[in-house]
Amino acid sequence: MIANYGYKDGSGEFFISIDTDRCNSCGECVPACPPKVLEMATDEYDPLSEKTVATVREEERKKIKYTCAPCKPASGRGALPCMAACAPGAIAHSW
Amino acid sequence: MAEMQEFWRWTEYNWRHPEMDWRQGKRIASGIDVGSVSSQALVLVDGQIFAFSNLRTGSNSPDSAHKAINGALKDTGMELNNIKYTVGTGYGRVNVPFANRAITEIACHARGANFMAGPKVRTVLDMGGQDCKAIHCDERGKVSNFLMNDKCAAGTGRGMEVMADLLSIPIKDIGDLSYQVDQEPQPVSSTCVVFAKSEALGLMRSGWSKNMVLAAYCSAMAHRVSLLLGRIGVEDQFFITGGIAKNPGVVKRLEKELGIQAVKSQYDSQIAGALGAALFADTLLQKGA
Repeated sequence: MIANYGYKDGSGEFFISIDTDRCNSCGECVPACPPKVLEMATDEYDPLSEKTVATVREEERKKIKYTCAPCKPASGRGALPCMAACAPGAIAHSW
Repeated sequence: MAEMQEFWRWTEYNWRHPEMDWRQGKRIASGIDVGSVSSQALVLVDGQIFAFSNLRTGSNSPDSAHKAINGALKDTGMELNNIKYTVGTGYGRVNVPFANRAITEIACHARGANFMAGPKVRTVLDMGGQDCKAIHCDERGKVSNFLMNDKCAAGTGRGMEVMADLLSIPIKDIGDLSYQVDQEPQPVSSTCVVFAKSEALGLMRSGWSKNMVLAAYCSAMAHRVSLLLGRIGVEDQFFITGGIAKNPGVVKRLEKELGIQAVKSQYDSQIAGALGAALFADTLLQKGA
């Protein structure tokens, strides 16, 4: 399942997409994220599965544009720490 | 003074299966959907819908949950302790005191839509009181991709209630009246409830009829959710749940914009969340939870 966390407003679309089928539950992304946006939890959108997957913390979902901003400088932008830490490539950003 | 008419108020009601005898049933499960505007409770007996209620959510979620389940069980002889498993869902899902488990409404709506409109449904749009959700699901009603709307309640059920109140038009008539215009107007530029309200007043002052304003608001709302759906893609079959599904002013304009017809269902679109929650409760019972 692809879970899209975030929002769209007048300034653009801000979504972190997590592909829960690719997520291997390793949890490497959680410490990799400097502002601690991610956490590991049972998949709340598939209540019958026991698998633990990466999710965006509930309280961060409506402000990720700002929380993620320090990792996204206007120039000289390298790989995002969360995406770099994810070996199976389950994390994507829409902006 | 004449009594104030509440134009936004929609009908609350209970339903029960006319013939089913719940005492013969083996598995009794219920789902409670406490939304931001409406609350539903639904009881399944052996996987069949036995009874449900559809009420307004007050300012107190635990109270609304109790009111909803009491409404559903009214005159059935069934009591709360006859129900073996309850799943809470919706905005107030963690505030259902008698729930065994809380499940997010996105999973519940997909599951409910799967039951209501059949396993061919791939795209579910939940147009609720305070937010819209676009959901892509598989043939078992399992979520495969989903998206919530923007940060605010623009263009949702609550917005429609505010419009109904502003224009003094009963909310159930909005859809039909929005087609009684000579020419389809341009959508209003904003679906933000507060901006749309002042824009509507401005338009009426410049000579627009109430019906024109309704048409402009409905098409703005349809356009907004079509953008939301655009992100996850619309795949046949398409089904709409939630209160706005009852408003043809939005539904038909959305169908036109997307170029796809929404599946019709014999069930009330507002019960999808509670039904999905009850189906999960039923499955969890069978698993021996």
